[in-house]
Amino acid sequence: MAVAKRPRLRKLTMHLLLVPFLVFALFPFYHMALTSLKQDRELYDRHAVPLIIRQGPTLEHYGKLLWDTEFLTWTKNSLIVTVLATSVSVVIGTVAAYALARLRFFGVDTFGTGIFVTYLVPTSLLFLPLAQVVNWLGLGDSKWALVVTYPTFLVPFCTWLLMGYFRTVPKEVEECAMVDGATRIQALLRIVLPIAIPGLVCAALFAFTLSWSEFIYALTFTSSSDQITASVGVTSELIRGDIYFWGSLMAGAVLGSVPIVILYVFFLDYYVSGLTAGAIK
Amino acid sequence: MAVRADDIPVPRGRPRLAGRVREWLDQESILGPVFVTPALLLLVLLVAYPFLMALYFAMSNAFIGRPSEFIGIRNFVRLWDSDAFRQTFQNAFVFTGIAVAFKLVFGICLALLLNEQLWFKRFIRGAVLLPWVIPTALSTLGWWWMFNSLYSVVNWTGIAVGFMDPPGPNWLGQKYYAMTAVVTVNVWRGLPFFAITILAGLVAIPRELYEAAEADGAGPVARFWLITLPLLKPVLAIVVLFSTIFTFSDFNIVYVLTRGGPINSTHLFATLSRVVGIDTGRIGEGAAISLYLFPLLVFVVWAQLRFVRKQAY
Repeated sequence: MAVAKRPRLRKLTMHLLLVPFLVFALFPFYHMALTSLKQDRELYDRHAVPLIIRQGPTLEHYGKLLWDTEFLTWTKNSLIVTVLATSVSVVIGTVAAYALARLRFFGVDTFGTGIFVTYLVPTSLLFLPLAQVVNWLGLGDSKWALVVTYPTFLVPFCTWLLMGYFRTVPKEVEECAMVDGATRIQALLRIVLPIAIPGLVCAALFAFTLSWSEFIYALTFTSSSDQITASVGVTSELIRGDIYFWGSLMAGAVLGSVPIVILYVFFLDYYVSGLTAGAIK
Repeated sequence: MAVRADDIPVPRGRPRLAGRVREWLDQESILGPVFVTPALLLLVLLVAYPFLMALYFAMSNAFIGRPSEFIGIRNFVRLWDSDAFRQTFQNAFVFTGIAVAFKLVFGICLALLLNEQLWFKRFIRGAVLLPWVIPTALSTLGWWWMFNSLYSVVNWTGIAVGFMDPPGPNWLGQKYYAMTAVVTVNVWRGLPFFAITILAGLVAIPRELYEAAEADGAGPVARFWLITLPLLKPVLAIVVLFSTIFTFSDFNIVYVLTRGGPINSTHLFATLSRVVGIDTGRIGEGAAISLYLFPLLVFVVWAQLRFVRKQAY
């Protein structure tokens, strides 16, 4: 009896110890969602309990956000930029990763190191000169500037992640196909890529998440209300002199996170594996 | 309809060229460079070239919309006369040091807990990782509201529990509290990365080692110090190096939460560089500030290449 009881007690203790971590991780989201649903009267009542809704929820803040601000335009911009930057980066990253993982040619090691180094370069190091480059390209204050610049951090990331995946595909599978008369490109398209689909999904998911969340480039390269992304729009355009904006601000933060949350719920395991693969390989 | 002779494809000049291209591309020494070119072009034009520009800007008196002159390293030196810069320099180290230390310690604890037998394993992992995937600028807005001077839920809870005397600290308006707030949000956002990566390292440690140690009479504490920690070292090194560079160069959290205030007490290189380079237009000085990130980047890259990649292959 004592032996059977001990593991259960241990299990219970472990769960109890996890509670503070879970509260820390989740409370900000709970409070954000709660604030976005609260009526102003209760929200700005300093005697009300801030942890629950007493006077009934309201969608008023969401309505204000959707109809009185440009939120839908910002979200559309975010989607355009993210989808284009992600697609371009996954394609460029795939071919580069294949070359690094499989082919031997002049300069391959130098290039591999170069990719690794740029993978570590933080975006805040280069945003000033990049703003100039963007202006020269005639893309100042345009969402297309983001489509062009996001691949600078997405491509190294995708390449690095996919290189790890391609290395796990046995060389023999590919060699068999080539013995049977397939060219390298055919072997890549028909044999290697189908095997590496989990890796491709992972790279695409991370690239999507990274570009959706990107902030400093978007803040620096775009400023007009019809060009900015959701993150920038919510953080800069919703904050006016008026102090009674918290409801719609939190609504904006919630809705701006929705696309990522949806992906996250469906592909949680890919996020976990990609996180560890990206860091360790 | 009858098939005419013209419709039947006959290999002529073009297919032969296609065949030659095909053969050509089958050679590794040619396909390799072809595959690498798009990425290389991108990195040269939009990373290497801007980097050189940053170097030039930093050594010039560049100002928005005005021709610039070369002034050598004067920007880098003159920055030390500025209180804001000296404060920023100190902040960067305080912020990074404290945040990374907390993330490391709590990250190990959380990873050890996640490695246990758990109910709702998927749900718990999902919840733990959430702060890391939600756009930082948006989740930091939530924290901004939680630290609001009038309606702070942190203070309300603190007062209700008896930790704080009303009205509680003005989190974003007082020097040390503001730094605490910024560090807290950074730890909140970075902890999942530590926990999940360290967890992967924990899972890779062979069970037999623990069983052997237990048979020899080693308690849980001894097992942690003598088996877990030494075997986790490579993973910990990678995670700390990674996190150091990205914490040091953080922008989003400080920008949204405090804008560097009160009186520069939470400015980091990235946020100060934006204020100077964009808001006041002194691009040269702004570039010099952000280049102070560079030595640390060089160190991290060197350390990663030297120690970490050697172990990975």
